[in-house]
Amino acid sequence: MSVLVFIDHSEGHVKKASLEALSYGAALAGQLVTEDLAALGRYGVKKIHQLAQESLNHLDAQVYARVIAETAVATGANVLVFSNNLSGKAVAPRVAVRLKAGLVSGAVALPDVSNGFVVKKNVFSGKAFANISLNSPIKIVSLNPNSYAAKAGEGQAEVTALNIQAGAPKVKVVSATQASGQVALTEAEIVVSGGRGLKGPENWGMIEELARLLGAATACSRPVADAHWRPHNEHVGQTGIAIAPNLYIAIGISGAIQHLAGVNRSKVIAVINKDPEAPFFKAADYGIVGDAFEVVPKLIQAVKKLKGIA
Amino acid sequence: MKILVCISKTPDTTAKIAFTQNNTKFATDGVQWIINPYDEWYALVRAIELKEKDASTVLHLITVGAADAEPIIRKALALGGDEAIRVNADSHDSFYIASQIAAIAKDGGYDLIFTGKETIDYNGSSIGGMVAELLDLPYISLATKFDLEGTTATVVREIEGGEETDSVNLPLVVSCQKGVAEQRIPNMKGIMGARTKPLKVVEPAAAEPLTNVVSFELPPAKAGVKLVSADNPEELIRLLHEEAKAF
Repeated sequence: MSVLVFIDHSEGHVKKASLEALSYGAALAGQLVTEDLAALGRYGVKKIHQLAQESLNHLDAQVYARVIAETAVATGANVLVFSNNLSGKAVAPRVAVRLKAGLVSGAVALPDVSNGFVVKKNVFSGKAFANISLNSPIKIVSLNPNSYAAKAGEGQAEVTALNIQAGAPKVKVVSATQASGQVALTEAEIVVSGGRGLKGPENWGMIEELARLLGAATACSRPVADAHWRPHNEHVGQTGIAIAPNLYIAIGISGAIQHLAGVNRSKVIAVINKDPEAPFFKAADYGIVGDAFEVVPKLIQAVKKLKGIA
Repeated sequence: MKILVCISKTPDTTAKIAFTQNNTKFATDGVQWIINPYDEWYALVRAIELKEKDASTVLHLITVGAADAEPIIRKALALGGDEAIRVNADSHDSFYIASQIAAIAKDGGYDLIFTGKETIDYNGSSIGGMVAELLDLPYISLATKFDLEGTTATVVREIEGGEETDSVNLPLVVSCQKGVAEQRIPNMKGIMGARTKPLKVVEPAAAEPLTNVVSFELPPAKAGVKLVSADNPEELIRLLHEEAKAF
């Protein structure tokens, strides 16, 4: 069994979601061929196929899919692993068609290979899981970020240059901007989120400060994004982004079913709301019934004290 | 200009998610069905706006599903569009659905194919990319802005950690998300007009699904919330740090 993992990177850094995909791929290879485990590299990788060409400087789904599919065929890969981040969503479906490979996008666990190849994925926007059987000779798993821990150890992977002509993209990139200095929401270990209970965009200073102290990303509920208090790309929930951080702190969010759908894969949920009947408390691990404007400044002080910066 | 918008039928966002037949089927009793929000709010509305700007634009809608998808496609026609096509087949998996859409689009002469960024039930985010590959067309995923000048599209799309502005010639496949358009409510004229718009039913093209659902499961229930007094928020930080080891 040979597993090929697509490594997504920008500005010289490999995405955390890709490290997870690498560890997932290595574990999968180990699950299937145990004798190869010793040779796996730091994230369990044996060999990296590299192609550096100008036409690959921007992620063009059509060009990337061609290169990855050709590599898969040339290396005899049976399973391809992508991170189901924005890059994976652009490329993996095209690769699936080229290879006539079954695709599970949004996988949350290693496949069960005891009887076929069955992968658990998120469905109904986080409200349920489905176990999907992949029935094609080549299989593609697109792994949800924060679903499988990246495991770093010792080892070195062999890097070989690919001999493929990537070809020219049909899409011309006019400009690209990277938001700097912020923690990407889907990759964040901790997310601090605010809702309508904060009354207005001018009150987000304490949310941002708490997030900064915790190394967290900031998020918001749909009404907040719809009112343009916060940018749309911070909207988490069923029709926004689905996230699965270690810790989700919800401040002034009632916890409508659509919001819960986007955050209920968080490992720990803490809710601060002045309404004891807020449905969010039923989905939370920890909670404070209280006024955010009184509670959050005290949380900030407590974190400062804990981190020795008070 | 000829545009095809892909429409999917999904349970309402407030629908209770439960399963029957030994957790192999979604329990549809009492479920309200809606147009997949991303298909409706963004893909369809932007296509309608393009038609409003250029009246010669022909706008077709397509769905893959059984006859029970027809109320949804009529609802979409009430918002806008000239005619709808229903491929009379179960929506087995992404590859099967994409193959049906590509089979219709191949001979349809469409300049633009719009999808929503994902469905809110299967969350695959795959149909647009697959249709593009089947038709060998460029694909712009997760567009937040779409403009057209002649036969050149300028599209802003979300990329990892930022955004990118692309310029690309038609024909083209685009998946649409928030920002591309604003949700609309159908008016009475639209609803009346939709009744008489053509809804063509076609039989599916030959295609094999590559995956199937073995079973569904619900997430484990939470153990219950541990409440901390509002007079002592420091205790919450201590619990998150020491007990939950969340940071």
